[in-house]
Amino acid sequence: MADLSCNVAGIKAPNPFWLASAPPTDKLYNVERAFRAGWGGVVWKTLGIDPPIVNVSSRYGAVHYNGQRMMGFNNVELITDRPLEDNLQDIKKIKKDWPDRAVVVSLMVPCTEKDWQFIINKIEDTGCDGVELNFGCPHGMSERGMGSAVGQVPEYIEMVTRWVKECTDLPCLVKLTPNVADICHAANAAKAGGGDGVALINTVNSIVSVDLDLMAPEPTIDGKGSHGGYCGPAVKPIALHMVTEIAKATETKNLPISAIGGISNWRDAAEFIAMGAAGVQVCTAVMHYGFKIVDDMIDGLNNWMDEKGYETLEDFRGIAVPNVTEWQFLNLKYDIKARIDESTCIHCGLCHISCEDASHQAIRIIKENGDRRFEVIDKECVGCNLCMFACPVPDCITMERVDSGTEYQNWTTHENNPMRVEEN
Amino acid sequence: MTTIDVQAGRLSQEQLSENFSDSHPPLNSGNAIVEANRCYFCFDAPCIDACPTAIDIPNFIRKISTGNLKGSARDIFSQNIMGGMCARVCPTETLCEGACVRETQDHQPVRIGELQRYATDSYLETSETFFERAESSGKKIAVVGGGPAGLSCAHRLAVLGHHAVVFEAREKLSGLNEYGIAAYKTVNDFAQREVDFILKIGGIEIRTNQRLGQDVKLEDLRQEFDAVFLSVGLGDVNSLGLESEEIAGVYDAVDTILELRQSVNLAELSVGRRVIVIGGGSTAIDIAVQSKKLGAEDVTLAYRRGPEQMNATWKEQEFAQTNGVRVKHWVAPKSLRSENGHVTGIEFECMELNPEGKLRGTGEFRHMEADVVFKAIGQLLEDSVFSGSEMPAIEGGKINVNLEFETSLPGVWAGGDCVGSGEDLTVQSVEDGKQAALSIHRRLK
Repeated sequence: MADLSCNVAGIKAPNPFWLASAPPTDKLYNVERAFRAGWGGVVWKTLGIDPPIVNVSSRYGAVHYNGQRMMGFNNVELITDRPLEDNLQDIKKIKKDWPDRAVVVSLMVPCTEKDWQFIINKIEDTGCDGVELNFGCPHGMSERGMGSAVGQVPEYIEMVTRWVKECTDLPCLVKLTPNVADICHAANAAKAGGGDGVALINTVNSIVSVDLDLMAPEPTIDGKGSHGGYCGPAVKPIALHMVTEIAKATETKNLPISAIGGISNWRDAAEFIAMGAAGVQVCTAVMHYGFKIVDDMIDGLNNWMDEKGYETLEDFRGIAVPNVTEWQFLNLKYDIKARIDESTCIHCGLCHISCEDASHQAIRIIKENGDRRFEVIDKECVGCNLCMFACPVPDCITMERVDSGTEYQNWTTHENNPMRVEEN
Repeated sequence: MTTIDVQAGRLSQEQLSENFSDSHPPLNSGNAIVEANRCYFCFDAPCIDACPTAIDIPNFIRKISTGNLKGSARDIFSQNIMGGMCARVCPTETLCEGACVRETQDHQPVRIGELQRYATDSYLETSETFFERAESSGKKIAVVGGGPAGLSCAHRLAVLGHHAVVFEAREKLSGLNEYGIAAYKTVNDFAQREVDFILKIGGIEIRTNQRLGQDVKLEDLRQEFDAVFLSVGLGDVNSLGLESEEIAGVYDAVDTILELRQSVNLAELSVGRRVIVIGGGSTAIDIAVQSKKLGAEDVTLAYRRGPEQMNATWKEQEFAQTNGVRVKHWVAPKSLRSENGHVTGIEFECMELNPEGKLRGTGEFRHMEADVVFKAIGQLLEDSVFSGSEMPAIEGGKINVNLEFETSLPGVWAGGDCVGSGEDLTVQSVEDGKQAALSIHRRLK
């Protein structure tokens, strides 16, 4: 059994699977059930200053793809709609009952030092393990100068983080919005303000769909809709990229990261940890399937780590980061070709038509005795992988390396590159 | 003295209506979308080749997945005007679904038949039709027989601007769809609703109770019309070739199925306690299962060869078995036993294949008791349809046609079960009728 315990910016938990700040973490009842199911920590649904906000009815939109429900998900919900005192009581109780689990409190208040000091003072005696500054939400609160309105301005991130760090010793995670051109500016600002770590990504600004009868965006509230925050499996690649950017930048490479964005299973989590995350946060998958999914997350990660010989998360954390490079350094001599396994081919023809219509016309149909088979024309195959992805049979199409494996040349020295550097 | 036990009302009305409800209930919209998304949208898909009417199956399925049900139905009906019935009665396991690459992959083909039903049902509910008649050609074509081949031919002729007159021997149109298919395959009067849909195009004149050779003569039709299409089906049945086959309790399955389909109260139909069905095709399966569903205690389907040689598909055989029918292979009837002029049982000889693969008796015999025996050993072309007229050339008991569906008689085309174009399937008949109409159109231009 591997040791799954994690330490995110000084916040410790028995496993790296935390619930992100969202509806599943908005009261004692849910969080207790989550801990009983095995979750390593929670980030409490964002607290604000009373009076509580009010929410609309019809709050979520979803992207279903090819019969798969909730590939993407969005919401126009705001921060907690419960009175501050109720939340504080719940947080105090849960931490007392579950001392080994991480309880982090997410916060969002107007951009004044007084308000931040007020809320920090309030949560200090709950016994919570840390705070997360919500600079991420792209809807509803941002129009009031909070959430992503802060997260999109590095100077504000730095300023507010500093205010918080000046009035508390609690570990402080800064939650970042992906709705920026370069996430590194935001991460740098969080670090400069004294933040102990970053949490990302918050939701992506989105309109998930348009109701073609009402001619209004969804979710539709009395004939109107508004942009909302997009999350779920569909955003994982965006999150993974942003986490990677922070993990590999010189300025932020040692900044602890709590990764968020479409994480649905142990494999997703392992990918984020391999890209430098110290822990992960999950929301949409729980909103879809409930707390029980953590069982496979813990079990699956454990089994995989045992198989690979990793004893702790630190054994593999960040080890994929050095393999992320710039395009110009990729080896142009590396050459792969598609190989079709005749014994498992079901003759659907998707490899042919995808290559024929959309790629390099490198797969021909051979018709023999009323049957057909598909053959790769090596001369035309550029090794793009398209046929392998279009093929519905696992491992029927694989890519075989055909170059010598000893040569290396990248774009920086290529003769077609007008900016090439001359080799000596 | 054996007690003959044949009686009506073995089951309650509730039980009967449950037994004769839709054997394969339709997909709902959620299931349909999940199933539609299982289709890989193959290039040059093998299912299309396997469909006698060459419906563009991946395309109609994709349209279901995007919610374009109207477009989906159009893809189906433009190739097969009886796409709704075919979705219910086609042996898809040997046609489209048998060719589905997912069958090759994991024996879980896309449920094409059920998806086709989903798309066609949704369109038929709209009471619209996609089809419009071309400008009138002034040509009149006699279509003899209002079953699938005849209606398909008449519809295509109407689309092309011709005037079709359908001569139907019986009271209602739709042929075997109305009179010869098990009730649970086509509930809620679907055959007649489909006829209404087909006729909606206009330009098709219907004359029922017009039996060829009796009420109308081929000779006269050839005189009166620009072309004649024969789709008279197979009106006669094979006999077992046993002594005293005419005794009470021995029936032709097709007659009983007809009676059952036209019955308004199933509780009034007599059914034997012990039923033996002789045959190995769809009709044998239909009468065996329906007997069981009417309350027969023991139903045995006796076939002289093995399961692979049966005309009924593996799925039909399985359906019969799960409905409580015992399927007994490798037995051939040798003699009927009777008391007081009523059948009481059959003496069978056990059969086997000799080393050359020929069927032969083993010399072992089995006796099975029965209150009712059904013969379901195939149908034949009725000679009387040509009485008083010149006959077209016949080959292998069926009307001989060329690739254009032309008979040996000038101006006379034929299709459906009465020709040997392929298997005797509704879908094949629809294709025959469609192709014959196109051929007639080319010839009349």
